Amino acid sequence: MPFSSLTDLKSRLDAGQTTAVEIAQRYLDRIDAHNGELNAFVDMDHKHILDQAKASDAHRAKHEARPLEGLPIAVKDIFCTQDGPTTCCSNILKGFHAPYDAHVITRLKNAGAILVGKTNMDEFAMGSSTETSAFGSCRNPWDTERIPGGSSGGSASAVAGGLVPAALGTDTGGSIRQPAAVCGITGLKPTYGRVSRRGIIAFASSLDQAGPMTRTVRDTAMISAILCGHDSGDSTSVVDAPEIDWLAACDAVDMKGLRIGKPKEYFVDGMDAGVRASVEAALEKCVELGAEIVDISLPHTKYAVAAYYVIAPSEASANLSRYDGVRFGQRCDNPEDLLDMYTRSRDDGFGAEVKRRILTGTFALSSGYYDAYYLKAQQVRTLIRQDFLDAFEQVDIIATPTSPIPAFKIGEKTDNPITMYLSDIFTIALNLAGLPGMSQPCGFVDDLPVGLQWIAPAWREDALLSAASAYEGATDWTTKYPAAFSGNKAGGES
Amino acid sequence: MDIDVHKVAMLSRIRLTDDEAAHLGPQLSNILGYIEQLSEVDTEGVAPTAHPHDVAMPQRADVVTNANRRDALQKPAPKTQSGLYVVPKVIE
Repeated sequence: MPFSSLTDLKSRLDAGQTTAVEIAQRYLDRIDAHNGELNAFVDMDHKHILDQAKASDAHRAKHEARPLEGLPIAVKDIFCTQDGPTTCCSNILKGFHAPYDAHVITRLKNAGAILVGKTNMDEFAMGSSTETSAFGSCRNPWDTERIPGGSSGGSASAVAGGLVPAALGTDTGGSIRQPAAVCGITGLKPTYGRVSRRGIIAFASSLDQAGPMTRTVRDTAMISAILCGHDSGDSTSVVDAPEIDWLAACDAVDMKGLRIGKPKEYFVDGMDAGVRASVEAALEKCVELGAEIVDISLPHTKYAVAAYYVIAPSEASANLSRYDGVRFGQRCDNPEDLLDMYTRSRDDGFGAEVKRRILTGTFALSSGYYDAYYLKAQQVRTLIRQDFLDAFEQVDIIATPTSPIPAFKIGEKTDNPITMYLSDIFTIALNLAGLPGMSQPCGFVDDLPVGLQWIAPAWREDALLSAASAYEGATDWTTKYPAAFSGNKAGGES
Repeated sequence: MDIDVHKVAMLSRIRLTDDEAAHLGPQLSNILGYIEQLSEVDTEGVAPTAHPHDVAMPQRADVVTNANRRDALQKPAPKTQSGLYVVPKVIE
C-alpha cells in the first residue's frame, strides 16, 4: 500500500475494501517508522489526522463520497492552516498559528481530503535542496545522503518514500518540478493565475503557483481539478481561465500527430550525460507513440536565471518586509527602540539564504539601480515569454530535462549560491512566462531518478497531462520505488 | 561590483553582524556580477512584463465580506493591548 496511487486508494475506498481511518493509520505508521530518517515532515498531529479520517468515513456512510473523500494529502509548510503551526520553515515564524486556511486548503477540505501534516521546505521556499530549512535538511529516499530537491523537498521526499500518497508544493522557479524530478515522482505547476495564492505565504508574487506532487499523472489531474478555479480573494487569480477536463486529458494512450518541440538551449554541454541520455530516450519513445520531434530554439533561455534572480528577490524583499516583529512572528528580546526591534528581529529570524535574497532584491530596487536591474529584468522577461509564444506557433508542446543533474549530495553546493541557483536552469524560464509545466520520471542515472519536463501554452495543462499519460502508459517508471523504504510491515507491493 | 553591504542591509532593516557582512558582501557582489549579463540583451523598445498574462485585474463588488475577527488576527502578535499592537516608544 505505501506506494499505491491516489486513484487506487480511491477505488478501494469506493468499493468498501478499506476505510479512511485504516488508510490514515497505515500512513501514520509509515511516517513514524521513516520520518526520522527523511525529515520530510516538520509537523504532524496523529489525533487530528485520525479525527479527520473518522469524519470522512462518517460522511461517506451518509452521503455521496466527495472527489477526494478519505484520501491523505500532505501540504508544504508554506500553506496557512488553521490547524497546527505554519512556519515556512523559518525561525521568524516559529510558533505562528495562522488565523485562517489558505484558499486551496479549504478546497481540499471541502473535497473530503485528509490533511496530513506539514512538509519540510527551504526557508520561505528559497532554495533548490531543502537544506535552508530551520528544521534541518530533508533527505532523498533514493539515497539519504542526497538532497530531495527544493524548495518543496519535504513533499517530494514524503511521496517518493511512501509516507503519504500525494502532497502539495509551490513552484516559483521550479520548486515543484525539480524536487519531483530528483525524487522520481510527478509534479505539476499550473498556469500562473489558475490557482489562488491567498493564504500561501508569498515569496515572489508574480511567479508563485501551487500544484500537486503525486505518484501518477492521473493523481496529479485528480488534485488539480480541485485546486484550480477563481478565488475572488486573490486579485491575481484569473476570472475567466479556460476550463479543461482534467481527468479526460489522462485517457490519452498515444501521441499521434503531436508536435513536440526540442529546444537546443536545454540540451547543452555541462548537463549530466546520463540525464541527457534518459531524456533523449524518452523522446524516442514519444516518436514510437506517434509524435514528431521538432528542433526549436528559445534564444533568450540563457538569461532566464539572471532575470529570475533580479525579479524573484525584488518581489521577496517587498513581501518579506512584513516580518518586522509587530503583527506576527518573532520579536527580539528587549528592543531598545523601533529600529533596533526591526533590525535585530529580522537578523535573528532569517537564515543566510533569505538574507542574501532580501539584500539582492533591496539593492536591485534601490534608488539609482532600479532601471539597470529590475526594469531590465522585466524587459528580458518579455523576451523570454515571446520566445515561448513564437515556439508554440510551430509545436504543440515542449519537452526538456527538468533538472540538468540528478540529486546532489547534501552540503555539496551550500557554499556557492550561484551553482545552487543554476540547478533550476531548466525550470525557471516558464515561471517567468507564466506557463504550465510538469515533471514526470523518465529513467535513472546511477540509481537516481531523472525527470522529463513538459511545457505547454498558457491554460493547456490538458496537453501536459495527455502527453505525460501516454508516456507513462508506455513505460514503467512510475511503478518504481526506493527499495530501502519498501520494508516495514506495510511494505512490498506497489 | 563593490557594494556597501551595511547600507543595503539597513535599507532591508536587517542588522548584520560583522561576520555576516564579511561573508554576505562578496556573495552579493558575485550574484550581482552574474546578473550583469542582462546588460548584453538589447531591450530597446521592449515593454516590461509585470504580469505574465494580458488580463485585466478583476474587480469584485464593493460590499463588506469580512466579519470582525480582530482577536483571532491579533493572536499571533508578539504584544498587544486593548486591541492595539504594542511596540517600543516611537516619540519621546
